[in-house]
Amino acid sequence: MVYEVIVDGKSHRLELEKAGDGWVCRLDGQLVAIDAVIPRPDVLSLLVGGHAYEIKREKTASDLHIWVGSDCFTVELRDPRSLRSRQKSGGDETGPRKILAPMPGRVVRLLVREKSEVEAGQGIVVVEAMKMQNEIKSPKKGVVQKISAIPGAAVNPGDVLAIVE
Amino acid sequence: MFKKILIANRGEIAVRIIRACREMGIATVAVYSDVDRAALHVRKSDEAYATGPAAASESYLRMDKILDAAKRSGAEAIHPGYGFLSENAKFAQACADAGLKFIGPTPHAMETMGSKTRARQQMEKAGVPFVPGTSRGVASAEESEQAAERIGYPVMLKAAAGGGGKGMRLVHTRPELRSALESAQSEAQRSFGDSEVYIEKAIVNPRHIEMQVLADEHGNTVWLGERECSIQRRHQKVLEESPSPIVDDEMRRRMGEVAVKVAQAAHYTNAGTIEFLVDQQGNFYFLEMNTRLQVEHPVTEITTGLDLVHLQIRIAAGEKLPFTQSDIKFRGHAIECRIYAEDPDNNYFPSPGKITLLLQPSGPGIRQDGGIYEGWTVPMDYDPLLAKLIGYGSDRRQAIMRLERALAEYFVAGIKTNISLFQRILGDADFQAGKIDTGYLDRLLAKTDPAISTFSSKSDVAKTKIETPGAQSLEKIAVIAAGMFTVLDAAAPAKDGTAAATSQAPSHWKQKGRAEALR
Repeated sequence: MVYEVIVDGKSHRLELEKAGDGWVCRLDGQLVAIDAVIPRPDVLSLLVGGHAYEIKREKTASDLHIWVGSDCFTVELRDPRSLRSRQKSGGDETGPRKILAPMPGRVVRLLVREKSEVEAGQGIVVVEAMKMQNEIKSPKKGVVQKISAIPGAAVNPGDVLAIVE
Repeated sequence: MFKKILIANRGEIAVRIIRACREMGIATVAVYSDVDRAALHVRKSDEAYATGPAAASESYLRMDKILDAAKRSGAEAIHPGYGFLSENAKFAQACADAGLKFIGPTPHAMETMGSKTRARQQMEKAGVPFVPGTSRGVASAEESEQAAERIGYPVMLKAAAGGGGKGMRLVHTRPELRSALESAQSEAQRSFGDSEVYIEKAIVNPRHIEMQVLADEHGNTVWLGERECSIQRRHQKVLEESPSPIVDDEMRRRMGEVAVKVAQAAHYTNAGTIEFLVDQQGNFYFLEMNTRLQVEHPVTEITTGLDLVHLQIRIAAGEKLPFTQSDIKFRGHAIECRIYAEDPDNNYFPSPGKITLLLQPSGPGIRQDGGIYEGWTVPMDYDPLLAKLIGYGSDRRQAIMRLERALAEYFVAGIKTNISLFQRILGDADFQAGKIDTGYLDRLLAKTDPAISTFSSKSDVAKTKIETPGAQSLEKIAVIAAGMFTVLDAAAPAKDGTAAATSQAPSHWKQKGRAEALR
């Protein structure tokens, strides 16, 4: 198996070959002595040259997180044969920016109207979750193009609340 | 003694109380809302009754439905836990009217202490030290402006019926006052159904230290030592410890005696907590009394060796306190971390959702009171407290070391938690030196937080980590691990998903129970 593994924008070539009970591992062309077992789902006990690591895996809607101890790495794993690659719609500073709900909750009230000018960091809409009211702020200075949040309505993470241009 | 108790609560505290009942041979009755059918407290109870939709106002706050569940089940007493109906005198009265014992103070004592303004009037008579302020709610914006001028800025606005930081605002200057008052009043109305707000002088960088008291129904009241609760965020406690690093035996005794005086003035019974603000000179002022069991009660249990829930139940059953003040001895040091479903990379916003993986710590000097399990979906409708991790040792240093070790073992996936926050606090030199006050946590977070915290702050955190020595090799470990997960998953004949996780869950509970029994 050959994988292209991208961690924080850096690409690595990882070769894993089954050999008897174990695996032969080449990372960026270098041979690494490893042993790995999965004692329970999403937990990996990895031995690398005698060093022991407990690794945890977390799959979110958009990302794959690999936790080495308390350090979290966002990892993208590509199998070059399948040519599967993910594309992300990144927000850029100049164009319109979507303001997304960061967590499930309920829209309590709107703090601005459509077409009003806002500063970076200014509150746009208030969302309540777990008894806490959170002001969702504008990421940039600009004009509120559209407000799709409706007071009283439930929202899910990633829902568009407003667009600022 | 009671044969059956209904627990009018949810989450970790409901589980905590069910455990105490089980230990005492008392049957338990749980209540639950629609979204809590699979919650841990329901799984661990002997009987459980649905009370209605997710919104607390339609379920956990519905007195009629809770009393109905008590009647149907034949419960003799109700333990309210904290929050919800725990400090509602009407509910305590309704229990009495229905022939049920409310495990807590009398409705009258609750009414006296439950309203911060009334408590203040009562305590002023008893000669208890106070922060200057209005002893009753302000009727108008004009009145609040006059009061604030008289007291002197900065001032603190507080909901009379409040708690947990709801309906509270710090006001530095006169122009801010009106809008702060309006928002405090509307928040107080929404949270407590009572918009009364009063004004107090804000003490800059105070410590928040509280004293546990216990009173039986035969006139005996004792104090059980202080809890340092200065580490707060948005007026919500995050970490508590006992003893406080600044309280010596003499100060502890003085605070304890004032606390007993407060409790006796209110004819208080059962467990209660007197909160004090402590200024930089070590003067302490009465803040309020919490007429319930506190979230942070475990640190007192550990340093005194007492079980406060057992004692609450025994007191409610009419027993006398089984000890006097001179029998109470303090030993060691305990620190509690409140594990919240919050996203540290997203300004600590709540983060409800499904727990896909849960690795819980154990071992020497570790206690965990939790209400969660792997595979459970944390609902968005309630407080974000998931569990309390308590570390204890023969001294503060050892308690910190054990907590640091336990936090490294603790892992929650699927939702975000504030576990990393505790690693920062416990590793901080000021915390280790005991130099903390209620502004401590905001200052700590400001040290490395970007000036404007945006939703992209996550990448900033990742960047700082790469710069730390050794991170490069951890990155390679992550690369290898990602590949090994994939090849081992493919090699495994059956995909172990939820089926395996749920079948394991009961045995976790058993293991955990065993682990704690061995403590």
